[in-house]
Amino acid sequence: MANDRLAGWGRQFQPGRELLTEDLERAPRVLFRGLGRSYGDSALPPAGSPVVVTTTRANRIIDFDESTGVLRAEAGLSLKEINRTFLPRGWFLPVTPGTQFVTLGGAVAADVHGKNHHVDGCFGHHVTRLKMHVADGRVLECGPDQERELFLATVAGMGLTGQILEVEFPLRRVPTPWIWQETERVPDIDTYVQKLAEAAHGWPMTMGWIDCLSRGKNLGRGIVMKGRWAQAHEAPTQFPAEPPNLRFPIEAPELLLSSLSVKAFNVAFYWKHLARKREGLVSPWTFFYPLDFVKDWNLMYGRRGFTQYQCVLPREAGPEAARRFLEVLTSRGGASFLCVIKDCGPESPAFLSFPKPGISIALDIAVRDGTQQLVDALNEHVIKEGGRIYLAKDSYTRPEHFRAMEPRLEKFLDVRLRWDPNLTFRSAQSVRLFGDPA
Amino acid sequence: MKRHVILGGTRGMGRSVARKLVERGDWVALLGRDGAELEKSAADLKARGAPGVRVTTALCDLERPDTFRPALEAVEQALEGLDVVIVTAGLFATQEQLEADPSLAQRVLSVDFANTVLFCEEARKKLLLRGGGTLCVFSSVAGDRGRKPVVLYGAAKAGLSAYLEGLDHRFKSQGLTTVCVKPGFVKTQMTEGLKAPPFAGEPDEVADVVVKGIDEGTPVVYAPPIWRAVMSAIKAMPRFVMRRVKF
Ligand SMILES: Cc1cc2nc3c(=O)[nH]c(=O)nc-3n(C[C@H](O)[C@H](O)[C@H](O)COP(=O)(O)OP(=O)(O)OC[C@H]3O[C@@H](n4cnc5c(N)ncnc54)[C@H](O)[C@@H]3O)c2cc1C
Ligand SMILES: NC(=O)c1ccc[n+]([C@@H]2O[C@H](COP(=O)([O-])OP(=O)(O)OC[C@H]3O[C@@H](n4cnc5c(N)ncnc54)[C@H](OP(=O)(O)O)[C@@H]3O)[C@@H](O)[C@H]2O)c1
Repeated sequence: MANDRLAGWGRQFQPGRELLTEDLERAPRVLFRGLGRSYGDSALPPAGSPVVVTTTRANRIIDFDESTGVLRAEAGLSLKEINRTFLPRGWFLPVTPGTQFVTLGGAVAADVHGKNHHVDGCFGHHVTRLKMHVADGRVLECGPDQERELFLATVAGMGLTGQILEVEFPLRRVPTPWIWQETERVPDIDTYVQKLAEAAHGWPMTMGWIDCLSRGKNLGRGIVMKGRWAQAHEAPTQFPAEPPNLRFPIEAPELLLSSLSVKAFNVAFYWKHLARKREGLVSPWTFFYPLDFVKDWNLMYGRRGFTQYQCVLPREAGPEAARRFLEVLTSRGGASFLCVIKDCGPESPAFLSFPKPGISIALDIAVRDGTQQLVDALNEHVIKEGGRIYLAKDSYTRPEHFRAMEPRLEKFLDVRLRWDPNLTFRSAQSVRLFGDPA
Repeated sequence: MKRHVILGGTRGMGRSVARKLVERGDWVALLGRDGAELEKSAADLKARGAPGVRVTTALCDLERPDTFRPALEAVEQALEGLDVVIVTAGLFATQEQLEADPSLAQRVLSVDFANTVLFCEEARKKLLLRGGGTLCVFSSVAGDRGRKPVVLYGAAKAGLSAYLEGLDHRFKSQGLTTVCVKPGFVKTQMTEGLKAPPFAGEPDEVADVVVKGIDEGTPVVYAPPIWRAVMSAIKAMPRFVMRRVKF
C-alpha cells in the first residue's frame, strides 16, 4: 500500500514508504521490515532513501517435517500463523515474544526472547539455517555451522547485514495446548526479584509485572507468574478458543494518560490479584499474548506516541540493582502502565543479542517533552550498573551511550562492513546509533 | 471432501482461498505458468493442510489456450475427479498504462476476457461431463460500470461477468453452479503501489467470503461484501455525475 509515513509500534512517525512483495528474492536491496512490532526506529528507513520492503506477504511454508518438527518458511510468515497452524497439531514455538504479531524475520533480526529465556535462550539459538540475500547480490545460506560470522551478525543484527529470505528452526512438541500457571502477589521489589529467581529453578517459564509508581516500602510490588505446559490428565480435551478481535477505537487524547489514570491502573492491577497465590489452567493466548487481546492498543498513547525502555541489569550488579533502577525511575516521575520484569539466562554468541544473565526491566513511557532526558538518565544509570538496552525497543538512546553499553559492537560493525561495505542496508536506527549516512 | 482446481493459486487471493480449502481437508490442484512457484505453493499447502490432503500441480498459462485442456485433464487424473474449478488468475494494468501501450491492452483484454472464457469453456465441459460441479471465477467490481480509471480492464471484466451470468442461466439446470466473484479493492500484488480506497480488503477475509460463496453456490459474490452497496450507489449515479467524478 502506498504510504508516506511510517512508524514503529510506538507510533513516532517519520517519512517513509513500504513496498510489499510476495517475492523477497527479487525485492530491491533496502531494509526489510516485518510486522512493525519493534517499538522504535529499527524498522524505519533512513531519511535519505525513505523506502523499506515489507515482508508480510512472503508467508509460505517451505517445508515441515512431522517427525522432527523442523519448519522452514519464508521470512514474512507470522508467529500467529505458525501457532494457528501447528498448535492444534501439538507443536509450539521454541521461543516466543509477548505478541504473536511478529514475523520470523523480525524474530531473528531482533533475536527475541520470551518467558523461557532462563532455560531456552533467544529465538536465534534455535535457528538452524537462514537463507539470505546479501549486499553483493548473492543469495546464500548461513547457520551456526555455515558462514558462522554472518549468522552471528544477522541474528540480533536488526536487518543491517542483509535480507533474511527464509528461516529454518524446529518447533517443539507440547503435551497439550494448555498452560498450568501459578501467580503470586509480592509486596516489594526485593521480594519480587528473589521469588523470580526461585521460580527459575523449577519452572520453564517465568515473568511478572510490577507497579512501578508506588514508592517507599511498596516500591516494586507486583505479581510473579510461573508456567509450564499442562499434561494431558490436567487439561480439557478441547482446543483453547482464540481471543476475540477487539480494537482500540481511536487515537486517545493525552488526558487519558494523566499520571492519575496510570496510578489508578497500577493499583487496580495489583489488587485485582486478591488472593496472594493463584493457580490453574490458562489458555496459551492469555499466558503468552495478553496484550494481543486488544488490537492497536498503541493508539492509547495518543498523538505523540510512546517508547518502550528495556534494559538488562547484570547479575554482578546484585539483587538490589532492580530497586536502584526503580528509584532512579520514580525519582524522575517516569509514569508507566505495567512494567515487565524477567530474569535472563546466558548470553547468546550473536554479537548484538540483548539478554545476558541478570534481570530485564521493560516499561512503556508516553512521549512528552522530557522523554529524551528521562531516557538519558536511565541509560547513564544502566551504564554504571554494567547493563544494556534492547535495540528492538529503542528510539532515544544516544550513540555514545550505546557504545558504552556494548563492548561487542566493534565486532558486529566489522562483520557487517565485510558483508556490506557500502552500507546498502541502513535503518533510521543505524543512522542514529552507528553513524551511517542518512 | 471436495476436489478443487485453482488457476492463479500461487499468489494473492487465490493463495488465501487454496489455504482455506486444504485446512478444512479439501484436495487442491494448482494450475499456473511457473513450475517452481507452483511447487513452492504446493509445499505450503501440504504443510498447512489437514492430514490426508492431496495437493497437485500442472502447468497452465492463461496466455496460451493450448495449455488449458491438458492441464485440466492432468489434475483431474491426479485428484481422481473434479468438483470445483476456481479461476483467480488475471492481469491488471492502469488505464494510463493501457492507453499508452496497445500491445499491453491487447494482452489484458485477451487474458481477462477471451482466454478466461475459453478456459471456463473447457472447465464447464469437464464438469458437465462429470454430472455437474461448481465454476467460480474472479471477475471484478470494475465490470459493474464503465468508469474512468478502468475503461479497458473494466470492459474485459464486464464481458466476463456477462458470460458467467449466461452460463448460470443456461447450465444451472444441468448441475453447473456458477459463482462470479467481484472483488473490490483488495491489497495484493495486483494493487501494490496504488492508493488504497476506503473499504480496501485483505486476501484472507476475501477468501472466507469466497469459500462460503462456493459452498452455498451464490451466483454473485462481492468481496469484501460492503462493495455490493458501494457498487449499487455507483450504478445509480447519473451519467453527468460519472463524467465529473474521478472514480
Ligand atoms: C506487545 C509487544 C510485546 C513484545 N514482547 C517482546 C518480548 O517478550 N520479547 C522480545 O524479545 N521482543 C518483544 N517485542 C518486540 C518484538 O518481538 C520485536 O521487535 C520483533 O523484532 C518484531 O518483529 P516484526 O516482524 O514486527 O519486525 P519489525 O518490527 O518490522 O522489524 C524489526 C527489525 O527486524 C528487521 N527485520 C524484519 N524482517 C527482516 C528480514 N526478513 N530480514 C532482515 N531483517 C528483518 C527490521 O529491519 C528491524 O530492524 C514485543 C513487541 C510488542 C509490540
Ligand atoms: N486485487 C484487487 O484489488 C482486485 C480487484 C478486483 C478484481 N480482482 C481480480 O481478482 C483476481 C485475483 O487478483 P489478485 O489480486 O489475487 O491477483 P495477484 O495477486 O496478482 O495474483 C494473480 C494470480 O494469477 C496468476 N496469473 C497471472 N497471469 C497468469 C497467466 N497468464 N497464467 C496463469 N496464471 C496467471 C498469478 O500467477 P504467477 O505467480 O504466475 O504470476 C497469480 O497466482 C484477478 O482476476 C483480478 O483481476 C482483483
